[in-house]
Amino acid sequence: MSVVEKGQALTANRLVDGEVVFLTRSGGWSLSVDEAAVAQEPDAVKALEVRGREAEAANIVTGSYLFEVERRDGRVRATHIRERIRTLGPTVRPDLGKQALGSGDAFAAVHR
Amino acid sequence: MYRYDEFDHRFVADRVIQFRDQAERRLAGDLTEDEFRPLRLMNGLYLQLHAYMLRIAIPYGTLNSRQMNRLADIAAKWDRGYGHFTTRQNLQFNWIKLEDTADILESLAEVEMHAIQTSGNCIRNVTTDHWAGAAADELADPRPVAELLRQWSSLHPEFSYLPRKFKIAVTGAPNDRTAVKVHDIGLRMHGNDKGERGWEVIVGGGLGRTPIVGVTVREFLPEAELLPYLEAIMRVYNLYGRRDNKFKARIKILVHELGAEEFKRQVEAEYAKKRYSDVEVDQRELRRIESYFAPPTFKTLGRWSPGFEEARITDREFAHWIKVNVAPHRVPGYAIVNVSLKPEGGIPGDATAEQMRVIADLALRFSFDELRVSHHQNLVLPHVERGNLYEIWKILKAHGLAAANLGLAGDIIACPGLDYCALATARSIPIAQGISRRFADISRQEDIGPLKINISGCINACGHHHVGHIGILGLDKRGEEFYQITLGGSSSESASIGQIIGPGFAAEQVPDAIDKIVNTYLKLRVSKEEPFLEAYRRLGPQPFKEALYAAA
Repeated sequence: MSVVEKGQALTANRLVDGEVVFLTRSGGWSLSVDEAAVAQEPDAVKALEVRGREAEAANIVTGSYLFEVERRDGRVRATHIRERIRTLGPTVRPDLGKQALGSGDAFAAVHR
Repeated sequence: MYRYDEFDHRFVADRVIQFRDQAERRLAGDLTEDEFRPLRLMNGLYLQLHAYMLRIAIPYGTLNSRQMNRLADIAAKWDRGYGHFTTRQNLQFNWIKLEDTADILESLAEVEMHAIQTSGNCIRNVTTDHWAGAAADELADPRPVAELLRQWSSLHPEFSYLPRKFKIAVTGAPNDRTAVKVHDIGLRMHGNDKGERGWEVIVGGGLGRTPIVGVTVREFLPEAELLPYLEAIMRVYNLYGRRDNKFKARIKILVHELGAEEFKRQVEAEYAKKRYSDVEVDQRELRRIESYFAPPTFKTLGRWSPGFEEARITDREFAHWIKVNVAPHRVPGYAIVNVSLKPEGGIPGDATAEQMRVIADLALRFSFDELRVSHHQNLVLPHVERGNLYEIWKILKAHGLAAANLGLAGDIIACPGLDYCALATARSIPIAQGISRRFADISRQEDIGPLKINISGCINACGHHHVGHIGILGLDKRGEEFYQITLGGSSSESASIGQIIGPGFAAEQVPDAIDKIVNTYLKLRVSKEEPFLEAYRRLGPQPFKEALYAAA
């Protein structure tokens, strides 16, 4: 049985092009939700929020917010369908969005 | 069609320069997002689920081949090779970069287009009949008045910060294809015994959270009085429309809360203050604008077109498309071609850059260089010689544009929904695709007859679900999408708001539910001549409820 970690990740849109990005453990922003830092403790969640506000102030991203995720086998999956679509791309156009950059099966499977 | 004058060109070009500077200041960090957001929205640039989205105005849904080709260029160069035609006769690009937007706006300005007032609490793009100037049932072309309203409402300083957005629709035909009764202001042209033109003024219609059919405040407003009277309406709304609650800020709430009679009294009192000189100027301007919409030079054609008649006999598929998608033109020998953007299982309203170019080329070659966008998310070649229909159909067919389903079950209206929209609560497009596949059999669609299915992915109702004969509203129930069905809506001259039929359905249950509704209709209709809406109005909801829920 693989372990499921539930927590929160921070997302935003990159200012210059609007791309959906995720805050990583190293404090950078990644296009892949799998690289998102997943916070489980309240202090860790707060730290993500602070990082987000700093990045907004630095005009790197805009509209940062937390969303519920679960991590299993190194993959991160948004809990709510809205965020799943946002992390992957339109369900009706698998050729577009982040799902098009992914490795296929794993990306498609999380759409459900 | 209307051509920009020197003032229009300068105004749009200036706006591009302003936006370029604003975007640069934002990227440099000199403007915060809070400062920049209203500026980008004034230029149609939203931030949506996946990226920035640019909504481009197509005034009253009319464009020429050069403009359509430019939209194709933008799709190919700056977006992902396609665009989405909306229920407001506009076009949206879903994958725009902020750093490219000023270049895109500059490119649009070169072909007399822009994205101004496609967002914000102002008077939005004026919509009209997509068959304007061509329809056999039309009193007169409504587009000169639509253009007059566009000029009047563009950057009108008094109406740039209204309590909420404001939508005006105009029709010159008795058969309303424009949904005038569910707009903030709807205008319907009428004629009187003296041969004069006047306008029925309908106010306070709308969909969204509070769907209401508008009320007529003037039965026959002389055309000369149109602008001053509309100003009086806007002034009453601007003064008394609620600014304390976004959900109660549309004019429909003001009309509803005051009561139609009191609202009308206030408008008439405001109107009584107007000076007559305003009217004179407007009429001269209207005559000038009308000259831009002079009908093209139609040929004198016989009723009989040998090539067309032969093709219709020998090619059944073509004959079917003619029957369903081609409408009568007011000039003998011509026809209106409706290009469905609803192929089986497709995404309603989406067109690729290549398809846009094909349609632009057809307009240039066969339709006096004119195109229309309909609020049903389809395209129109308004003035086509019947003798050219077969060639046009073959070209459309070769490019996946010959779906023969206009006004039938496959011609589904759907907003982008949760696949693209940041406001949506559920997906719309996959529901449309599921229903489209279920009703793929065109002979069945034809047997069912006129049927409008409208799908919205949230209560804001961009898919106009309240006025679908069958309306579907996607909602979120504890993190799961579910769909509420309404029946009996209509946006026609006999407009009505659909009634919720019962508990909602999971996404995968929706096509079955629609099937049951349609089968109930087929079983209970008096004859094939009784369309779905008429049958529903006669029968009421009960038999449909029984079909949907009895076995559960």
